[in-house]
Amino acid sequence: MALHPLAPGESSSSNPPDSPPAPGWQGIASDWASDKEAFKQVPWGKAMMWIFLLSDTFVFTCFLTGYMSVRMTITTAWPNPSEVFALTIGGQAIPLVLIAIMTFVLISSSGTMAMAVNFAYRRDRAKTTAMMLATAALGVTFVGMQAFEWSKLIAEGVRPWGNPMGAAQFGASFFMITGFHGLHVSIGVIYLTTVALKVLRGDYERSANYQVVEIAGLYWHFVDLVWVFIFAFFYLW
Amino acid sequence: MAYAEQAETEALHEPKSFLTKYIWSQDHKVIAIQYSVTAIFVGVIAVVLSGLMRIQIGFPGALEFMDASAYYQAMTMHGMIMVIYLLTALFLGGFGNYLIPLMVGARDMVFPYVNMLSYWFYLLAVVVLLSSFFVPGGPTGSGWTLYPPQSISQGTPGVEWGIVLMLVSLAIFIVAATMGGLNYVTTVLQARTHGMTLFRMPLSVWGIFMASIMALLAFPALFVSAVMMLFDKLLGTSFFMPAMVSLGQQIDHQGGSPILFQHLFWFFGHPEVYIVALPAFGLVSDLISTHARKNIFGYRMMVWAIIAIGVLSFVVWAHHMYVSGMNPYFGFFFAVTTLIIAVPTALKVYNWVLTLWKGDIHLTVPMLFALAFIVTFLVGGLTGLFLGNVIVDIPLSDTYFVVAHFHMVMGVAPVLVVFGGIYHWFPKVTGRMLNDTLGKLHFWITFLGTYAIFFPMHYLGFQGMPRRYYAYENYAFIPQSAQELNAFITVIALTVGVSQLLFLFNLAWSAFKGKPAGSNPWGAASLEWQTPDTPPKHGNWGAKLPIVHRWAYDYSVPGIEQDFVPQTVSAEELEQMRQLSAGTRIADVKT
Repeated sequence: MALHPLAPGESSSSNPPDSPPAPGWQGIASDWASDKEAFKQVPWGKAMMWIFLLSDTFVFTCFLTGYMSVRMTITTAWPNPSEVFALTIGGQAIPLVLIAIMTFVLISSSGTMAMAVNFAYRRDRAKTTAMMLATAALGVTFVGMQAFEWSKLIAEGVRPWGNPMGAAQFGASFFMITGFHGLHVSIGVIYLTTVALKVLRGDYERSANYQVVEIAGLYWHFVDLVWVFIFAFFYLW
Repeated sequence: MAYAEQAETEALHEPKSFLTKYIWSQDHKVIAIQYSVTAIFVGVIAVVLSGLMRIQIGFPGALEFMDASAYYQAMTMHGMIMVIYLLTALFLGGFGNYLIPLMVGARDMVFPYVNMLSYWFYLLAVVVLLSSFFVPGGPTGSGWTLYPPQSISQGTPGVEWGIVLMLVSLAIFIVAATMGGLNYVTTVLQARTHGMTLFRMPLSVWGIFMASIMALLAFPALFVSAVMMLFDKLLGTSFFMPAMVSLGQQIDHQGGSPILFQHLFWFFGHPEVYIVALPAFGLVSDLISTHARKNIFGYRMMVWAIIAIGVLSFVVWAHHMYVSGMNPYFGFFFAVTTLIIAVPTALKVYNWVLTLWKGDIHLTVPMLFALAFIVTFLVGGLTGLFLGNVIVDIPLSDTYFVVAHFHMVMGVAPVLVVFGGIYHWFPKVTGRMLNDTLGKLHFWITFLGTYAIFFPMHYLGFQGMPRRYYAYENYAFIPQSAQELNAFITVIALTVGVSQLLFLFNLAWSAFKGKPAGSNPWGAASLEWQTPDTPPKHGNWGAKLPIVHRWAYDYSVPGIEQDFVPQTVSAEELEQMRQLSAGTRIADVKT
């Protein structure tokens, strides 16, 4: 007897009728495990970005944990971040002033990014592009200030293998962690600019689907969030 | 955007020329084959390396070129290739790519282009790795764990270039594995077909799915340690390098922590064991159920066991470091978590055995390999209990007992599943059966041979024979009899190594000359056997996606003549089958 494959989708009763989900945890579990998609109405790209960010979180966590473990186990003195990262303005050494500005710039860029997402869903292409480019510009500003900070430290003799202020691992961790974060910001700037120009060109008009902007935004907010942790664990400790 | 729209509107890139169809292909099936062929190719290199090492151990001095450096280089490359470039790549990139879309009823991975990039990054990683054989100083000889300080200290073979290429290759591999893993996870989560709930997925998909998640979370630790070690080596930083005297010279580094590397490495390294094992668990569950013509015993428990093992495997890593001088309370914690992992693992073994119980067991070649996996894994798992206990581990650590343990549990056992899986799914991939006689010959030589190789190593370990020595002569604490056993193991190892040619020949020959298989030669119920074409065409499912009505394990359903019910059969169709079967039985009685 020939059984298969029977043409799928012929009888309507083969699909279970949509019943309201059970309450509580059981409902959540069965809803999550139901067919087609675990996260309802979430496009593939967004789901994938979230999963990627989870993986990237582990990368930064390992970097930061490694740095903290090194900092706790070395026997030589760790340079004082307040002094190392101070800028002399008007004859007065202000601790962490550059880092504070950098942090402010990056947090602000998250604000413009959120506005871009809002405009994107209203299908206001010009404003979306403007806001995304503003975000990218703030990102470039951040990277630029970071380059300034790097060159200042290098001029003061800080190298990956040693520095005049104290433990050699200070320079190593600094360049590695801020470098890796700066790389993320730079990639984000390219990513945002690309999406912004595609929005302006109207590439997403046909599908009227502006989730791409939100997906790019997810990445950007993540990079900002990581900075907050780097700021806390590297500069404020 | 709802799923169905996305699945159907997402334009599938249609391959046109030979180049886009077979080389720069975005089709998950072609990528799977590319992954598998590359992985098997490097696997052959790793087998040859192990043969060379065994000749040195069994018959010291028999090979002119095998000095201590060459031995350590062979050992390092053998280990790294087998664990990462063969098993991880083959299970996730090979089986994962091929089976996930077919088993969950998708047309392809969600992002085929990223999937293609994943393979090409993997190939690049392999090329970088193999290029280290041709650079001055040769590949690194620091052992597959790459422990600093010795891996980047003068005197270790390959310290000039080998270690750099190894670390760069690993970093590239991680990029490849991330791109692949993102695809596998997203496909399973978001691109299942109508009716394919998570708890209707075959265990193969569950195993690969969980392993992909673990790969995404564990590889970052390896990535970070590779970056930090590269900095230590190339920039002169001191993350892992303590102050020490090497070859009579005070080295430039100071203040680094070699233990930090061990923690990072094993935070990757232990989940890695299960990244290899979980797909094997999944695949073997499907093989056993299909060939025993019985539903898998305790399906939901099997799924939860996979998840539990995956989660627990992230909190056991320091059991690889009992002899690193850590706090005894630490050791206690990690011993406890390690032994807790034995619970879900044992549950799986019981369930496999209970699936077999009173089954209609067909001793086909895939089934033989599946059965061999159970016994091999059982032995390897039991010795894991010895090594998981701090107090038993300390005298046994760095002996051949450890070598025997991990070769049994994560070397031979997954490889047996790889073989079983290939014999099982080859008909779907090529439309032809692998030769049965050659397959059985291959099975018996491999199964008995690997037992003969690794089982005696437990005794060698108990006798105190240390691992990673290049020559074992003239040590008062190693008895002469150990040398005889070593020679015996070498002879068997070479036999088993050479006999793999049978398998390679079988693959090559059967791909063109094998017996035509038809669409479902094993009578399997899961979705990948219900494709309209064999081998499946681009897009897998023809005009419409299949609808799934049941789990993947409806074998020997009472009242149905055919001993399996495919996942695509609806309740009404099942009722028809039941009536038809009843009709046939009445007819039988009348005649």
